[in-house]
Amino acid sequence: MEKKDFHVIAETGIHARPATLLVQAASKFNSDITLAFNDKSVNLKSIMGVMSLGVGQGSDVTITAEGADEADAIAAVAETMKKEGLAE
Amino acid sequence: MTKMLKGIAASDGIAAAKAYMLVQPDLSFSETTIDDPEAEVSRLNDAVAASKKDLEIIKAKAAENLGDEEAQVFEAHLTILSDPEMLGQISDKIKNDKVNAEAAVKSITDMFIQMFEGMTDNAYMQERAGDVRDVTKRLQSHLLGVTMPSPALIDEEVIIVAHDLTPSDTAQLDRKFVKGFITDIGGRTSHSAIMSRTLEIPAIVGSGNATDEVKAGQKVIIDGIHGDALVEPTDDELKQYEQKAKDFAAQKAEWARLKNEQSVTADGKQVTLGANIGTPKDVEAATDNGAEAVGLFRSEFLYMDASELPSEDDQFEAYKQAVEGMNGKQVVVRTMDIGGDKELPYLPLPDEQNPFLGYRAIRISLDRQDIFRTQLRALLRASAYGRLAIMFPMIATVKEFKDAKAIFEEEKAKLVADGVKVSDDIEVGMMMEIPAAAMIADKLAKYADFFSIGTNDLIQYSMAADRGNERVSYLYQPYNPSLLRLIKNIIDASHQEGKWTGMCGEMAGDQIAVPLLAGLGLDEFSMSATSILKTRSLLRKLDTTKMKELSDKAVTECETTEEVVDLVHQYTD
Repeated sequence: MEKKDFHVIAETGIHARPATLLVQAASKFNSDITLAFNDKSVNLKSIMGVMSLGVGQGSDVTITAEGADEADAIAAVAETMKKEGLAE
Repeated sequence: MTKMLKGIAASDGIAAAKAYMLVQPDLSFSETTIDDPEAEVSRLNDAVAASKKDLEIIKAKAAENLGDEEAQVFEAHLTILSDPEMLGQISDKIKNDKVNAEAAVKSITDMFIQMFEGMTDNAYMQERAGDVRDVTKRLQSHLLGVTMPSPALIDEEVIIVAHDLTPSDTAQLDRKFVKGFITDIGGRTSHSAIMSRTLEIPAIVGSGNATDEVKAGQKVIIDGIHGDALVEPTDDELKQYEQKAKDFAAQKAEWARLKNEQSVTADGKQVTLGANIGTPKDVEAATDNGAEAVGLFRSEFLYMDASELPSEDDQFEAYKQAVEGMNGKQVVVRTMDIGGDKELPYLPLPDEQNPFLGYRAIRISLDRQDIFRTQLRALLRASAYGRLAIMFPMIATVKEFKDAKAIFEEEKAKLVADGVKVSDDIEVGMMMEIPAAAMIADKLAKYADFFSIGTNDLIQYSMAADRGNERVSYLYQPYNPSLLRLIKNIIDASHQEGKWTGMCGEMAGDQIAVPLLAGLGLDEFSMSATSILKTRSLLRKLDTTKMKELSDKAVTECETTEEVVDLVHQYTD
């Protein structure tokens, strides 16, 4: 299992276009990938799940991946976060 | 028998083609118990696959016709359709409750829609409820085996028949195949009508019942000049209209010769004919149609097409592109006119009883100065690249104008102090759309460099009649002597202070209004680009002395709109 914490810096939090891009990045992998925020955790491949969390600017979130390609999955998600100026 | 439909002529031209019904299909169903859940889940999966296929095509078409940004909404729809949580829950419901796929889809998607709508502190998320609804409709249509209209999938010449056309419908229209359209509702200034003129396709709006009277595949002739539609015409009628279409094309060719001519009246008085634009891309159509200025650049698109407040740099690029495109000709940018019927998902406005009388336009700008100052700085920076002018919408009092102008001066001074290049002769004017402002035009003219009359709002506010309300639409009377008196007051006041007055509402290109406005001394007429050459042709036939006599009579002697219209015919026929 791979894990990584992020601090959300985007003004609009994780929704709109960035959320779609994150979900698309996650969907490319076979591993189970989750996004945890405020004691709640959702499937990062589910746009509805991600948006329902309402992650705002300044939030701390944790991404977890479990499966054969878990390391690559976390790397890809981190890359999208960075490229879109979402989180650090 | 040929059926004849009448509506409001929204966009010039004549076209004939097969009817394409852009009507929502009946998506009702009953909940049933099923015996074979596996088969039902596979029915669901087939419908999901078919919906995805539709959306892929629609997305590609939208990207091709409108650009990647417009296509993103369909990308979002595709992501929803691929959502493992949502699809998983629907499948589970089918298996556990033994209900048909339609019922399971409704139950689960309703839950998500309610969840998004419940996020009342987040307008963006509330909007997503609409996306889920759109996707659900498409999915249900495939389950029920009914056709969901998709304008983007049209691949033959058609006339669109619809109750109304929304911005997302028109965004998908392909000009190659859509030859014209007719709608049940709407007026000359509704979104669908404005869009038809931008696309330069013949259109009729407000026909009342076109969607009931026309059947899919029937031949329809659209006469957008007179507002007539013929359903299943005879061969003779078809021939007649082909002749009319030819005459219209010849007329257009004659107008096209006036593209580089000056806008002068028969007795040599020069006026300016400008175009109203919504995005910098529209500059091309403006110059193609011989515009001598942009009399109105609605800056709202920058705000409405975005998912957050547009940055100073993004705005600067758009304004710069517009002034450079006009190549030294004036571009009047109206500052943010949000509120009323225009909302921003990321800037939630309070619910109001009377949005048109509420928190909108300059009222928001003066309150939310962070937004206003960003826009002014972008405009000031763009002013170095051409001839830019700025106007404030919805000014009601002298104080509002002075306050807005003071903020403009502050931002200008800051930029100059920072060494940023800014034009030194930016005209700063205001929209004239509130009767209270029109009545003190003489005072406002001391401070504003120019006035621009917005006729739609000025009519709506002076008649106290909501322009979207069909029951009071008879009060939309641009030629009523009351309105002409207000206009006269505005123009005279500006001239007394050596300033100028333009008009940027639909009335400026109206063939009955132009003689009156010429008589009243209007300096600039700004309209849909496609109306410019027709108006130039008309102006060149008018004599200002005679038109002054006409407008004087209309203002002092006429009692009703009908009398004014008769008088105009007497003077121009």
